[in-house]
Parts: sequence; C-alpha cells; structure tokens
Amino acid sequence: MRAMIQLHRQFWFWPLLLIAGLWLALLALPPLAGVKAVYLDTDKLIFLLVSGVLLLAGYIRSREHLRGPWRHIFRQRRAMIALVVLLFFIVCGLLDSVHFRKPLPSQGVTQQRYSVKVLSLLDILLDDMRRNVEKTYSAPLATHLFAKETVTLENGDVERRYVRLKYGGRDLTDPASQKWPNIRDLATRGVVVGAIIWLVLSAGLTAIFARHQRQPVAVMAKRVYRGDTDIPWRSIYLSLLLMLILLAVLLTLSTEYHVLGTDKVGQDVLYQSIKSIRTGLVIGTLTTLVMLPFAIVLGVMAGYFRSWVDDVIQYLYTTLSSIPGVLLIAAAILSIQVYIANHPALFETALDRADLRLLALCVILGITSWTTLCRLLRGETLKLREMEYIQAATALGVGQFTILGRHVLPNVMHIVLIIVVLDFSSLVLAEAVLSYIGVGVDPSTLSWGNMINGARLELARDPVVWWSLVAAFCLMFSLVLAANLFADAVRDAFDPRLREQG
Amino acid sequence: MHDPSDILLCVRDLQVHFGSPAQPVRAVDGVSFDIRRGESFALLGESGCGKSVTALSILQLVPAPAGRIAGGEVWFDGTDLLGQSELQMRQIRGSRISMIFQEPMTSLNPVMTVGEQISEVLQQHLDLRGRAGRERSIELLDAVGLPAPARRIGDYPHQLSGGMKQRVMIAMALAGEPDLLIADEPTTALDVTIQAQVLELLARLQQDTGMAILFITHDLGVVADTMDHVAVMYAGQVVEKAARGAFFAQPLHPYSRKLFAAVPGGHKRGQLLETIRGSVPPLDRKFTACRFVERCDEAWLRCHEQLPPWIEQSAEGESHGVRCLRYAPDIDVPAVTPGSVAVVKDSAASASRDGSLVRVRDLKVHFPITKGLFHRAVGQVYAVDGVDLDIASGRTVALVGESGCGKTTAGKAILQLIRPTSGTVHYRDQDLTRLTGKALRQQRAHMQIIFQDPFSSMDPRMLVRNILEEGIRAQAIATRAEQRQTRVESLLAHVGLPVSAAKRYPHEFSGGQRQRIAIARALAVNPGFIVCDEPTSALDVSVQAQTLNLLKDLQAKMGLSYLFITHNLSVVDYLAHEVAVMYLGRIVEQGRVADIMQDPLHPYTQALLSAVPTIDKAAGREVIRLAGELPSPINPPRGCHFHPRCPQAMPECQQAYPDLTLLDNMHQVRCFLYPAN
Repeated sequence: MRAMIQLHRQFWFWPLLLIAGLWLALLALPPLAGVKAVYLDTDKLIFLLVSGVLLLAGYIRSREHLRGPWRHIFRQRRAMIALVVLLFFIVCGLLDSVHFRKPLPSQGVTQQRYSVKVLSLLDILLDDMRRNVEKTYSAPLATHLFAKETVTLENGDVERRYVRLKYGGRDLTDPASQKWPNIRDLATRGVVVGAIIWLVLSAGLTAIFARHQRQPVAVMAKRVYRGDTDIPWRSIYLSLLLMLILLAVLLTLSTEYHVLGTDKVGQDVLYQSIKSIRTGLVIGTLTTLVMLPFAIVLGVMAGYFRSWVDDVIQYLYTTLSSIPGVLLIAAAILSIQVYIANHPALFETALDRADLRLLALCVILGITSWTTLCRLLRGETLKLREMEYIQAATALGVGQFTILGRHVLPNVMHIVLIIVVLDFSSLVLAEAVLSYIGVGVDPSTLSWGNMINGARLELARDPVVWWSLVAAFCLMFSLVLAANLFADAVRDAFDPRLREQG
Repeated sequence: MHDPSDILLCVRDLQVHFGSPAQPVRAVDGVSFDIRRGESFALLGESGCGKSVTALSILQLVPAPAGRIAGGEVWFDGTDLLGQSELQMRQIRGSRISMIFQEPMTSLNPVMTVGEQISEVLQQHLDLRGRAGRERSIELLDAVGLPAPARRIGDYPHQLSGGMKQRVMIAMALAGEPDLLIADEPTTALDVTIQAQVLELLARLQQDTGMAILFITHDLGVVADTMDHVAVMYAGQVVEKAARGAFFAQPLHPYSRKLFAAVPGGHKRGQLLETIRGSVPPLDRKFTACRFVERCDEAWLRCHEQLPPWIEQSAEGESHGVRCLRYAPDIDVPAVTPGSVAVVKDSAASASRDGSLVRVRDLKVHFPITKGLFHRAVGQVYAVDGVDLDIASGRTVALVGESGCGKTTAGKAILQLIRPTSGTVHYRDQDLTRLTGKALRQQRAHMQIIFQDPFSSMDPRMLVRNILEEGIRAQAIATRAEQRQTRVESLLAHVGLPVSAAKRYPHEFSGGQRQRIAIARALAVNPGFIVCDEPTSALDVSVQAQTLNLLKDLQAKMGLSYLFITHNLSVVDYLAHEVAVMYLGRIVEQGRVADIMQDPLHPYTQALLSAVPTIDKAAGREVIRLAGELPSPINPPRGCHFHPRCPQAMPECQQAYPDLTLLDNMHQVRCFLYPAN
C-alpha cells in the first residue's frame, strides 16, 4: 500500500496511465466496434510522439526549474490564444490519425471481409462532406454548378444552363429566394450550438479549476470574468468561444451546402482542407523527430570531444548543407516512387502507399535539415564544456559520457526546443512548396501543397476558380501564424539572453 | 562651514523603487548627500546595497519601466535634474556629468575605432569636427596616459588590453569636460598594478581639471588612498558619512566597523576573521526598525523598536553623520562587551613536514596556435613555462600574480584538467601526468578544485543533493542511497549549511552560500589537496571573511593542503604559509609568507605589494609604478620576462633568464640582483 502511495508521486505515473489508456483504446475499441483497425506507419509514430510528449510534460511538471519557463509561457495572452487555435488543429490531426476499414456486408462467405477504403475518425465526423460529391466545380455556398452545361431537356431540346447541385441546397424549391434565409437559419443554429458547447465546456473547466484551487465555483468564475487569474483564462475562454462557434457554423452549414465550394471532381473543398491538416502536422512534427537524433548526438559530440571527432562531423554537415536541399529531396522521392511502383504487393491499400511516401518525405526533409541545429548545438557545447561545473565534474572523476548526459544535454535542451518549435511552421510551408513542384507528398494524399498545385490550372480559367487556393491559404496561414506566435513565446521564455534583459 | 554655492551636486531623500507599485523593492530609500566642486566622494558598500542605482538615478538612467524614481530631489549646479526632460538630460550627460563603468570590455563599441568613439562625444557636446576633433582626441588619450596616442587612435577596442580600455573610457568621459565624473567601480575588473595606475590617473586628472568625482566602490583600500569624503551605504540607505580621515580614524556605525574587521591581513593570522551574520534584509517592505539590527552585535531592545535617526557629530569643522541609535543624545546606551576574538589553530604548526604531498616539477603548458585546414601550428602560447612547486600536507601555498600570468592554467594543469605539455605532477608517489582513463579518474578523488565564480560552477539544473552526490557516485564512496544521504547531510553540516539545503537549487542561494556548496562538493570525495582558484574574489568582504574562516577551519580539522590562486595579497597574508609569485608563466619568487610580505626581493614582487591599496596609512609607503602591462605570453620578452617593466633593469637582464637564487632554505628568487652564491 505504501508503495502504491509512493508510486503515484512519481512524475511518470499519471502520464503512463494516460498513455496506457490511449494505447488500450486504440487496440481494443476497433474490434468492439466491429471494424478492422489500420495502423499506418505515420499513425504509429504520431501516437509514439504523443506518448513522448505526455511523459515529457509529466517530467517537466515535476521539476521546478523546467516548469518556470513554461509557466511564463502560459501567462502570456497571445501565446495562449495561439495555443487554443493550435489545439483545434492538433485534435483534427489526431482524429484523422485513427484509421480503420469498415466491414462489407457479408455475402454468405465465412470470413468477414472489409472495405478497401480506409477511413479515419475524422471522416466519420465529416461524413456528409465526404460523401456529398458533386459533378464538378461549384462556388462556395452555391446551389448550382459553376459552369454552364449542355442539358437535354425532356422535350428533346438541348440547352446550356447552370445545373442544380445534387447536394448544395438540395431541399430548396426556389434557391434564388430561399437560399440566404436558409443559410441564415443554419448559421444561427450553428452559433447557438457552438455557444452551448462552449458553455458546458467552460463551466466544466471552471469547476475543475475551482476544485483544484479549493475555491467556490462562483468565486472562480468571477475571477475569470474579471481577468484576475495568473493564466489569462478570460482570453482563452473567449478564443475558445470564437473557435467553437466558427466550427459549429461551418459544420451545420456543410450539412446542406459546400461552404468552400467543390473542386474539379466535385469534392468538397472544406473537407479537403481539413483533411490536409494531418499532412501538415505530420510533416511538421515527424520531420523534427527524424532530425533530432542526428543533430543532438553529432552536435554535442562535436562540441564536447573537439579534435578529429569535431573535424569529421563538421566536414559532414558542411558537405551536406552545400548540396541543394531540393535536389536531394527530389532524387530521394523519385527513387521511393520507383520502389513503390515496383513493389505493389507490399501495400494493402492505396493509403498505405501514400503513407510510405509521406514518411519518406519526412525522413528526407529531416536528413537535409539537421545541420542548422547541429551547428547551434556544437557552438553551445563548445561554450558549455569550458563551464566550471563541467570542469568540476571532470575533477570529481565523472566519466565523459555521464557528463554529456547529465550536464551538457540538459543544458542545451532549450535550444532544441526553440528550434523545433520555430522549424515546425517552416516545414509546413516546405511541404506546400515541395508538393507544388511535384516532389512532395503523393498526389492522392490530401494536402495544402497538392491543393495549391491543383489551383495552378484553376487560376488560369475564366472566371477564376479561387476557392481551393483561398481555402488552402487560410488554413495554412492560421496554422503557421498560431505556431509562430507560440514559438515566439517559447523563445522568449527559454532564451537566456532575452530573459536577462527582461 | 562651507559656502553653499560651493556645492555641485545635492541629493536629497532620493527614493528609487523597482517592481510592482503595490509591493515595490526600495532599492534606494532616502539617500541624501552633497558633493562639493573638485571633491572626490566615495559611495562605499557591499553588492546590492543601492550604490549603482543611486548613481544611475542622478543621470536618470534607471532602467525603466522596471525601476522608477519615486521621490526626492537631485540638484546639480542649480538645476533640478529630476525635473529635466530626456532631451535636456542628453545635454547634461557626457558634457556636465560623465560616467565610467566597471566593465571596460562591454562599455566600448567593438566595431568602432577608439578615435571614432571619442570624436562622437566631442561632436555631440563641443561641436568639434574633423581635424580639430582628431587633435583633441589625441590630446585626451595622451592625458589618460595611453602610449603612442596618435597611433592608437585608429585601434579597435579588441586590440587594447583591459587597462588601456579603461583609460579610453576615461578619455571619453573627459571629452565633454564634465564638472562631475561618476565612476562605478572603475578598477574592480583590473589587476592591482593597473588599478594603481588608474587611481593615480584619476587623482591627477582631478587636480588638473578641478572636476568632482563620485566614486562607487566596495573596496575600503581604494577609498583610503584617494577619497576626500566617504558615505557608507547599507540596504538602500546611507548609514555613515564623514571625511576620509575621520572615517578611517574612527568608524562609528557598527556596520562600518564590521567591514573593517572583516578585511583579512597578516596581523590577523591565527584568528578567525570577523564576519557579519545573516544577510541584507529584503527591501520589499517598509522598515520599522534599524535595517542592520538582525546582524548587529551591539543591538539592544530599542534598536528593534524604532527607526534609527540621522545623527550629526561635528569634529574639526567637519561633520560626521551616522544613522545609529547608539549615538543619539539623551539615550542610555547599554555597554557592549567586546566579543572575544576566536582563535583558530594554525595547522602549519601541527602539520608534518616530511616531504611534500604534491610535487610539481618543470610543469609546462603550451597552447599551439593553429591555422588553416590541417591545423598547422604556427606558434605557441607559453601559458605555463616551467613551474616547480612543493606543497606539504596541511599547508597552504599561495600562487600570486596578475591576470594572464598563467596561474589558473597552472592550477588546472596540476589537476590534469588541462593536460600539461611536459613536466611531472606527483601526488604522493603517483605521477598524474602518466595516468589516463580510469586510473586517472580514480586519482582525481585526491585532488579537488574550487572555482572563482560560484554562479557558473554549479549546474543550474541540478538539486544541491545531486551536485554533492555526483562525486560520491563517481568515486563509489557510498553505494547505497541511505549512505549517500547521510554523507550529503554531514557535508552540508561541515560547511555550515542546513540539511534542507539539499532539496534546493543553486540559484536559491547567495554567492557566499554557493561557494560553501562548492566547497562541500570538493570535500565529498575526501581529497587531500584542493586548488582554490580565486574562491573569494567574486564575494563581498564580509562573505569573503566567512569563506576564508571556513577554509582555515577545514584545514585545521582535516589537514587539507591548499593551492590558493589569487591576486588579493591581503588574503595571502592572512591565509597562506608559503607564497609563489608568478610572472608570465614562471615563478619569479617563492618563500615563506612572512619573508615575502615583509622583505620582497624581486622587483616585481615589490611593485605588486606596493600597489595594493591598504587601509592603514601609518606606513608611508611609496607606490612603485610599473610601466605598461603584462606582455603577451605568445611572444615573451627576451631575457628576463620582466625587464621591460622593471625599474631596476640592468643590461644583462636582456640577455638571459636569471637562474634560481636560493637565499636560505625556503626563500628563492630569480633575479640578477641576487647573484647565486
């Protein structure tokens, strides 16, 4: 019993419990729901990353000197608003990373068969958007197709006119007069639903904090309302309210309309751009996961051991960084493509294939981008190894690798963190650029880069089909802006030079 | 009484607050003083007592918005300085009042030449441009004693040494021909010989130009040398103010007296130094009693109950003010029984003299200067160039010299933290220079080091317990967790820290306490020998006294040997048994402390000793001025390294390095003045 009491004080106890619950749910729930779970490589890595982040968060909570800078971040209004926006993106990405295949209706065969179409939880939530496929382009919130089509009338005449959409405003008998009132009604319903969800959520949160701080709920609510809390809860609640209302309005509207129009093959653009979130997040996070081991191990070793180790590592990254990155990425991606084409048997579904290419892109981006961090870490380690506490450790007879692990590594981690957060947004943008020039993700993967690539031809049309580009731009912009704002706060909190001035 | 119009700067009840208005930190809390024309006025105090903030507020340079001037008046020559706008202040700064800072390295812009930086000031305040500006710059540099000013004017700051940079800073401050020069610890970062030069320069400039100087310092010795008036600050207040003579003859405030008592020196050998217990109280509250009461040995009940009044006594036409209840009229002051001076057993007497614990022979550390792709060596830095040392167990050997002479490198080379180029280092019978890997790591337990800066010598991300356990684990002294715990607790007790310190981070401790932790860390592996690399030079006088007491006490209890690396000769006089004076990588004189301090033979030792500012002016000493500064160890002078600066240089000094002269069994010197017999 005593041991149990001690156990829950360990920093890893609660994170491990959470992680175990998460993995258990991922493994056990699909069979219970009667679907076949599909674990893509990137899915596994993403959940591994989530587990790592949870453990790290637990560790940071337990160490006062690590908690300090984070507390500083959590008290900045701008950073917290950015974090709320980021959380919405992250939740989308995570929901989109739980994949499964639905069972096919059994036709007397003994073995249950499953659809080749791999769906994610997000697809289920956005089922309307996914299924409501029109014939071709339609403008945002339109009821008719974007271009005139030749239609054969009942009497045999041929006429060119705008055809009604199959799903956009399908219940309207007279779109011209009913459309906007209908949209207004739907939007109002969305606002109300969003507000209700917000009320429930914020009441729950406030209750939890009130219990945590041992205060009556009413007092806590008043403090939040007056903005009298250390963490800017009022701003967080407000941005949460805005995001929830926006989301609810979009979702209610999308039951009857294509809020951001449809693309060439009639797919909902809003659906595409939401599905692209996962691609962006995967590129932004997994790439750093690939890059970190190279950068940290080599950078720290070069700085600490000097002499020939330093020379070898320096030559390595100088050489690597003088090869044009795009060239290296193009070569690697093209050879992966050939490999995939030659080994079709390796992949069960089309998604598997696309996923391998996504992972390959992360790896190759990681390999080409570790040099900057490596250089920074080498410089910092050069400075650290002359620090007196490292000399004191040497004088005490502590081994070199112990010194590296115990003294050097923890003291360069702030640089790693700053670079990782700053790199995230540039990697999201890099994906768009690479997909645009055709060496990015698989053309079948939904991504902002691919949407922009497709928009190349759409922009040349007259009248212009602008919504794909704008949708991709808006989502990418808000993700990158939120990430940058958050990164700024992280840098302010962790950069010792900035802290000294403050 | 003096003519009121004679007063140049008048500060009245100055209040400077930092932090939130709700609970401000009162960094300066009611400071008043006057500076007359042409007078030098010293603001004396330990770190954190508000001296620098006072100076900055005079120029309205308090960092806003964190700090703000909350009250008081500053009158400068009839102008209300606090009422001036930023634009008006810009006219005053640099031209009427100038300031020089402690750190000459960071006060000069590294991408502008010296000449450009001076002409900038000239242009701003005197509208001197072009040729006239250049000529005036050269004049100024000449006035501050920079050699070959016409050539130096095109130099960048990195081409100058620390002392030269400080001279340039002074030249810049003088460029606007100010009436008042504020000098914020201008010599703290400099060596004693350079400090002597700068102090003399300031005194001479003051005579020539008739400007007043506000001199901020923590060094009693500096004050004793050159100042007219002294004000002692404590916790944001002036606690004592007097003419120099009166102050040094009889300091009144208990704090001032404690400061005097804490200064180490030869005459205090064998005693524990006086220390001031506790620390400066936090300044974020209103005081209802004396600020010093918690640390004062002479406090009685009333000191805890009321604020001490400012009491002026008049003697010989000069007023001597003090903020202490003891001197208030019509108050019965209880008599104080003078505390007995604690005596510490000098370990030297009991130490065994049989041979030496550490024997260093012909130690050389040369750093190659490499160039190009393949690291071709193009030269050598002769950091340590043939050092012999013997350290007996239980004894303290001091290694003395100016910065850059290689004393720290020698200390690290003895510990094998820097592998020596050649020579041997024996600990007992083990030659450490031949050991590598595991064998060396095991030997490291015997020899430890304490660093100068207690803020960078501990990993900020580790708990004190982990810091202390590091050596215990590495040397496998205690393998079980409980054993380590007991060991950590006993170590903390040894250095006088509470057990609860183990669960805290280094940054939660003050400088002195951190130095104790560093000592405890060194003791963790049961060493016989500790290299103390300037362990007290970053500390205030009172804290320095505590640390020295601790070191002396540990030596007496554990029979430790110290190699005490320092430039502070009064510490040497107090603590060391033997002294080795180092100049440019070599030891020039070595002997028992009494011999060296009383009868230095080498001209360098003589100059070094004479440059130390001392409190007691009784001995009318004459400062031997050393020309120039320490030459570069890349290219040491031919012959005796010291001959270019030596006042007694002879022709043969340029020819060869002098041999060792053994005077009696302990005293040895390398100089041609003392021919080997």
